[in-house]
Amino acid sequence: MSSASRALYEKVLLDHAKSPRNYGEPDTYDKKIEGYNPLCGDHFIFYVKCNGDIIEKVHFTGQGCAISKASASLLTTFLEKQPADKAVEIIENFLELLKTSPDTPVDEEQWGKLTAIAGVREFPIRIKCASLAWHSLLNILKGAEKTITTE
Amino acid sequence: MSLHIPEENKAVNENRIQRRRWHVEALARKIGIESIRAQFPILERFVRGKPLVYLDNAATSQKPKNVIDTITRYYEHENSNVHRGIHYLSEKVTEKYEEVRSKVARFLGTKVDCEIVFTRGTTDSINLIAQSYARPRLQPDDEVLVTQMEHHSNLIPWQVVCQQTGAKLKVIPITDEGTLDLTQIEQLLTKKTKIVSVVHVSNVLGTINPISELARKAHEVGAVIVVDGAQSTPHTPINVQELDCDFFACSGHKMYAPTGTGILYGKAPLLESMEPYQTGGSMILHVTLEKTIYAHTPQKFEAGTPNIEGVIALGSAIDFLQSLGMHEICHYEDALIQYAYENLSRIPGVHILGPKKPRAGVISFTMDCAHPHDIGQILDEEGIAIRAGHHCAQPIMERYGLSSTARASFAVYNTVDEIDRLVNAIYKVQEIFQ
Repeated sequence: MSSASRALYEKVLLDHAKSPRNYGEPDTYDKKIEGYNPLCGDHFIFYVKCNGDIIEKVHFTGQGCAISKASASLLTTFLEKQPADKAVEIIENFLELLKTSPDTPVDEEQWGKLTAIAGVREFPIRIKCASLAWHSLLNILKGAEKTITTE
Repeated sequence: MSLHIPEENKAVNENRIQRRRWHVEALARKIGIESIRAQFPILERFVRGKPLVYLDNAATSQKPKNVIDTITRYYEHENSNVHRGIHYLSEKVTEKYEEVRSKVARFLGTKVDCEIVFTRGTTDSINLIAQSYARPRLQPDDEVLVTQMEHHSNLIPWQVVCQQTGAKLKVIPITDEGTLDLTQIEQLLTKKTKIVSVVHVSNVLGTINPISELARKAHEVGAVIVVDGAQSTPHTPINVQELDCDFFACSGHKMYAPTGTGILYGKAPLLESMEPYQTGGSMILHVTLEKTIYAHTPQKFEAGTPNIEGVIALGSAIDFLQSLGMHEICHYEDALIQYAYENLSRIPGVHILGPKKPRAGVISFTMDCAHPHDIGQILDEEGIAIRAGHHCAQPIMERYGLSSTARASFAVYNTVDEIDRLVNAIYKVQEIFQ
């Protein structure tokens, strides 16, 4: 396997793909949203529980490829206890980062484990897999509760 | 890596696989695999630093040199419009264009050339039948019968025409094994059925459907039968009269011809009785400001300037196929696909959809440890092109509770060495994701 692909499937992504965190429907939640990629069939439901303006917990269910599942898992852990408005900003910044060329450096200090997801920039076709969770959660945090598709 | 195959079985299996490998290699030599591969310039290229293994032929096949050269020659020496000019180039190109019609007619075993209409592809051909044949005829109590294994291109046009006319869409289910479940056929195919539209070879399951039998049953109740031959035409000899289908649709680009070329065969009396699909230039006998008298078939269905270089190059693709022989192609590909099936099916955690035999063109599979997109990505890194997704056949995915599959699909230029590279790459997928 080439170094690019090895980097994409680096340990942290494989770990989250094989054992996704916050996976399963929670007993209680405030809002939920469906994310769907009609081209490949990746399909998730995200459940958000808030405490005032703070995101208490995000859970998700559904099926998808390793990249989409790992990305969803990592994002749900990252959003825990974040203020909703800051979460929106983070997600928007990350989606912008995914649009940059693979050579653009990623601030590992800022993004921590999420840095691994930026590896998809090498593979434009997989960006939709990686960003499905992000688009879905951005929309729910902005008040939408409809199905979000990548198309 | 451990394969969990008991030792004594392993030896027997290895022996069988080796024998099958020799068999495919012998057939490869017989069909002239080296000379076939030499005709496809793209097969020389490298992808991600490795020799390309192209196993996405069900999506579109690669093109041989004679097809590529025909297109170049057309634009360098022959370009002109058909059925129009009173000048040398136009006459010559019209002659060539119509020669291809005759060639296609012979290739598909039709009675007369006028039963062949050139379209943009299978999708275009089926939409033409749905709108020009079915729409004016269907009544609210009528029924259209399709199968659960249709590509969307042989499903949605019928959904639409049923909505337009009030007719009902009925579906022949598929078995767990991936063949048509014909146990309920007497209830599904009745006097109400006006059209039966069936895929010849499934683009997901590889199943070869019993067209002649279905044609006989359809005709018994007075229905016409439409056959989606997109995945059968490149792999097996076709004779529409033997199949006794009323319409047959296929795509040039899956049979070594350029994209944007398609074929519609229709029995002459049916085509003659149909309204045009699109109107405009080239499809008329006489036009006044008040009314138009349409040309006869097939011109009636070929409005506007057609894909001239595509059709002429389709003729070259048929030359290529006939230089090898459709029976020989079928024989070689069958051995190759059985070799691939045996090798893939014995990998633990790999599940193949559809029947083992008979099978044509494709092997769709899933893996316990990896999603089809991840399989596709790892294979791509190895220079192996396969498809991952729902293959425009979501009802099949739903039938088997899947969202997608990985699919390797084969052409006459593929080899046992390429199958071995595929199998080794699948083991790599396991190493990574298990």
